[in-house]
Amino acid sequence: MQSWIPLVPDSASTLSWKVDALYFYLSGVTLFFSLLISAVLIFFVIRYRRRTPYEIPRPIAGSHKLETLWTIIPFVIAMTMFGWGAQVYFQQYKPPANAIEVYVVGKQWMWKLQHATGQREINQLHIPVGRKIKLIMTSEDVIHDFFVPAFRTKMDVVPGKYTTMWFEATTPGTYHLFCAEYCGMNHSGMTGSIVVMEPREFDNWLSGNAASGTPASQGQQLFQSLGCASCHGQNGEGGRGPTLAGVFGKKTQLQTGESVTVDEGYVRESILNPQAKLVAGFGAIMPTFQGQVREDQLMQLVAFIKSLPAGGQTEAPPTTATPAPRQAASPTQNVK
Amino acid sequence: MADVINSHATTSEAHGHRALQHHFENMEQQREAGTLGMWVFLVTEIMFFGGMFLAYTLYRSKYPASFASASNHLDITLGTVNTGVLILSSFTMAMAVYFTQIGKRRPQILCLILTLMLGLTFLGIKGVEYHDKYRDHLIPGHLIPSSPFLENEAEAEHHGLHLLEGATLPQVEMFYWIYFAMTGMHALHMIIGAGLLTFLLIYSIKGRFDPEYHSPVEVIGLYWHFVDIVWIFLFPLLYLLGRHLEHG
Amino acid sequence: MRPIEYYEPPVPSKVNYINAQYGLKSWLLTKDHKRIALLYLGSITFFFFIGGLYALMIRLELLTPQGDFLQSATYNKVFTQHGIIMIFFFLIPSIPATLGNFLVPMMIGAKDLAFPRINLLSWYVYLLGGVITIYALLAGGVDTGWTFYTPFSTTFSNSYVVATGLGIFINGFSSILTGLNFIVTIHTMRAPGMTWFRLPLFIWSHYATSLIMILGTPVIAITVLLLAFERVARVGIFDPALGGDPILFQHLFWFYSHPAVYIMVLPSMGVVSELIANFSRKNIFGYSFVAFSSLAIAVFGFLVWGHHLFVTSQSVYAGMIFSFLSFAVAIPSAIKVFNWTATLYKSSISYDTPMLYGLGFIGLFTVGGMTGLFLASLAVDVHLSDTYFVVAHFHYIMVGGALMGYLGGLHYWWPKISGRMYPEGWGRFSALVIFVGFNLTFLPQFVAGYLGMPRRYHAYPPEFQVFNVLSTAGASILGFGMLIPAIYFVWSMRYGKRAEANPWHLPGLEWRTPSPPPTENFAVTPIVTWEAYEFAPPEETQVVGKFGPELEQI
Repeated sequence: MQSWIPLVPDSASTLSWKVDALYFYLSGVTLFFSLLISAVLIFFVIRYRRRTPYEIPRPIAGSHKLETLWTIIPFVIAMTMFGWGAQVYFQQYKPPANAIEVYVVGKQWMWKLQHATGQREINQLHIPVGRKIKLIMTSEDVIHDFFVPAFRTKMDVVPGKYTTMWFEATTPGTYHLFCAEYCGMNHSGMTGSIVVMEPREFDNWLSGNAASGTPASQGQQLFQSLGCASCHGQNGEGGRGPTLAGVFGKKTQLQTGESVTVDEGYVRESILNPQAKLVAGFGAIMPTFQGQVREDQLMQLVAFIKSLPAGGQTEAPPTTATPAPRQAASPTQNVK
Repeated sequence: MADVINSHATTSEAHGHRALQHHFENMEQQREAGTLGMWVFLVTEIMFFGGMFLAYTLYRSKYPASFASASNHLDITLGTVNTGVLILSSFTMAMAVYFTQIGKRRPQILCLILTLMLGLTFLGIKGVEYHDKYRDHLIPGHLIPSSPFLENEAEAEHHGLHLLEGATLPQVEMFYWIYFAMTGMHALHMIIGAGLLTFLLIYSIKGRFDPEYHSPVEVIGLYWHFVDIVWIFLFPLLYLLGRHLEHG
Repeated sequence: MRPIEYYEPPVPSKVNYINAQYGLKSWLLTKDHKRIALLYLGSITFFFFIGGLYALMIRLELLTPQGDFLQSATYNKVFTQHGIIMIFFFLIPSIPATLGNFLVPMMIGAKDLAFPRINLLSWYVYLLGGVITIYALLAGGVDTGWTFYTPFSTTFSNSYVVATGLGIFINGFSSILTGLNFIVTIHTMRAPGMTWFRLPLFIWSHYATSLIMILGTPVIAITVLLLAFERVARVGIFDPALGGDPILFQHLFWFYSHPAVYIMVLPSMGVVSELIANFSRKNIFGYSFVAFSSLAIAVFGFLVWGHHLFVTSQSVYAGMIFSFLSFAVAIPSAIKVFNWTATLYKSSISYDTPMLYGLGFIGLFTVGGMTGLFLASLAVDVHLSDTYFVVAHFHYIMVGGALMGYLGGLHYWWPKISGRMYPEGWGRFSALVIFVGFNLTFLPQFVAGYLGMPRRYHAYPPEFQVFNVLSTAGASILGFGMLIPAIYFVWSMRYGKRAEANPWHLPGLEWRTPSPPPTENFAVTPIVTWEAYEFAPPEETQVVGKFGPELEQI
């Protein structure tokens, strides 16, 4: 939906019009009060211009009634803006369940993305219309920001932690992707595009693009090659180290007594800094893998651990994306 | 802050007290301005030290075991002695102000000398502690090339620093960064305080202060008390952490 | 017709603070707050033109979508340095150090500030910070953005971060000393009869500003120090690769830098109160509300810093609290705008240059303030964060607001400061040019921002070009408009019409001394028996309104 008056960018997500509606409300109120104040000022300035050199107008001290009025009314209007903004914000930043996950790594000065089905992209993201997409992002170096004006959303991409954002595209097309946090020399060049396609076209695109393996299957390979299995078991069933199968998304108790939710950030932190949040009942014997794994590899390990069903089944993780990650699908061949 | 509606200075009080500055109406206004000025300055100091206390709080809650291990290695005897020394010096400083207010010059000078000596004692003991850190390789990073920070646990044990369960050396190093930043900043303020005390001493001996005019003594006294209070917060946070964890 | 002033005009004097002593030493070692104000005026103007030069380079680059004027590394230094110079070396000191230093003692009937030597020290500290920063700029510059976000500034930037940080650190003490001086002066040196609620609103706003200066500046000092430590000694406070937290830096940085924007705008609001009241010859409507709103802004201003972190993965609940508070802090500003407007009702308005700037402030600040609401509103801020909308918003406040107030105040008090009048015709003309140029520069940036143009980009997609061309055209007009006062102020010092003690015929204490004033301001400490903005005894005022003023012939 492209307007001939370029006041708003393309609207291509389920939330775009909501943000625009709030924006138009804010603009309307701003325009109203700016014009009102300007008009009153101009009127007064002309009406009460000095007519004789020595006139001194009678002083008017003030009016508590007026003060109350023009404190309460702006406050109420401000609260409507706050409330509306907060409501839409909750929708923008609460990642929905059942979203297709895409792993994003930002680095100076490019975006590296990997679909859950394994396809990798650079500076571009192909997504289908009408599906919720959740990005799990981190940075390899400095803070960046993943900004898609057409979706009216952005999120900082921070080194040392995972940040997430989500959107659901409504209209096929190609839309700007900008880095929106100054990151050095080629900050203006760290741009790309989001390509939204009809579902069928998207499936064609998927099958037409070689994937060497899903993040989860690549994660499984790393799990073996890095020796994780020796303490955590081949399928995360546990041993010298805590059980990993089926723990993702649940709460686990730490040595200090507090409990944490096992999310992407916790898994990543435990790989890089195992002593930070030790699971209760286990000794501090896990070595750190800082410097031995890249950020995209960490994401693959995270994807693998996410895919482990409770009970430690022996099947390989799915190589195609499924809405419920714990569903054990029969292993499909790598797409050629 | 009471509104001060000063009495209109008459031309017969042309110059006032010899220490009255030309832009003030009278000594009372000058004294009040000086005292308020010092209080406002101390508020800025609180904000300044507060930033470091915030960093300490954040990292202590992040690395409790490491911070406790490092804190246990600090010399609690020296720390306690220093605390006593500073508290005593605040007392002698308060006495110096009192004697100045009632015009007793000899006790005033004596108290100033005592305060100065106690302050220098504090700095001396701090110097001993810093030297011990140098000896035990606890100065962070490679700030002193001849004494780089501890490399491994064995070296730490050798120097008497026992790492508790869950403590790591990089986190211990963070403790020492904060330790040196805070005690160093505090020591800098003590040194400045010692300088100010010297100035007070010289002027007192020359007889510049009297019951009418002694606001520099009061104001520097305020500063000295503030530096003392900062230490009273620093001491338990740095030295008395996790003593209960020391032996398991 | 008898003259307006119903008090004794001051005895004219041949000796004033400018000619009381000659020689460089008498200026560089002065304790006179008025001379120190002039020292600041010179240095601040110098830094303003450097910052302006950088602005010119930015706008020239942005004329075309390609990055063809400057190399990208250079452009990054240019926008960084534009921000640093303008914020730390122009906006923060501008009104307090020039107009504040000059007028605070005079407005309260004092002979000088409480601590004249500390006042002089603050100027030298400012200069030292400035010299170190200029050294950093000349040696190669800094490219981190004025916000110095980590880990780029601690680990990845190859520019003069530590030197610039040192310059800013030292400059901060200048701010602290000025604020300390004002607070003590206003509390303890008011003339007899000058109660708090008889103070001009200029004093109230400088008092509120000083509170922010002393409470906030130490925090940026320690932040910049920690940043330098991290960069030099690789400590691990902010760099995640060393176990630090980059968002912690942002919290520490914005804890000062948000209140800092109130340091920049509150003094200007104080000037506007003076301009509106004095050029409409009417007391400010709702005086105590305007006075207390300054304090409210100072307090609330410390509670909203998190609105700069809405898109940093800060907790959504923290986001809600900061958004709510950010809306709350807008209310006192709105109250001021309404009270200023109400002051004009049934008043007697003259169209002198200072009034034009005052009126311009009200209009532009309304736009700037209300566009701030867009950014306080969480959902919209998610879209607008780091786009040109933000750039437009803060320039409306900083230039449309703070700078207008500064220029208005300079024109208003110029006769008192220099003893000369500026040329009124040129004054009005340049005010108009600046107003038009300013709006043309920044209005298109709102649109470009919502369309998605990110900030700190030196090359951009072609669809944004039209807005950038308009903006650069406006900037040229704005630049031209600002050169004119620079020229005529200097011209007036030699050739301007000599000003009498009270050229505007106003009741303020500062007008009851000769122009320029003698060094001690008042030969005899005044005793204040009149209310703020009391232009005449009640029986000598007229009703202005329906059928024109009804004057009582005397």
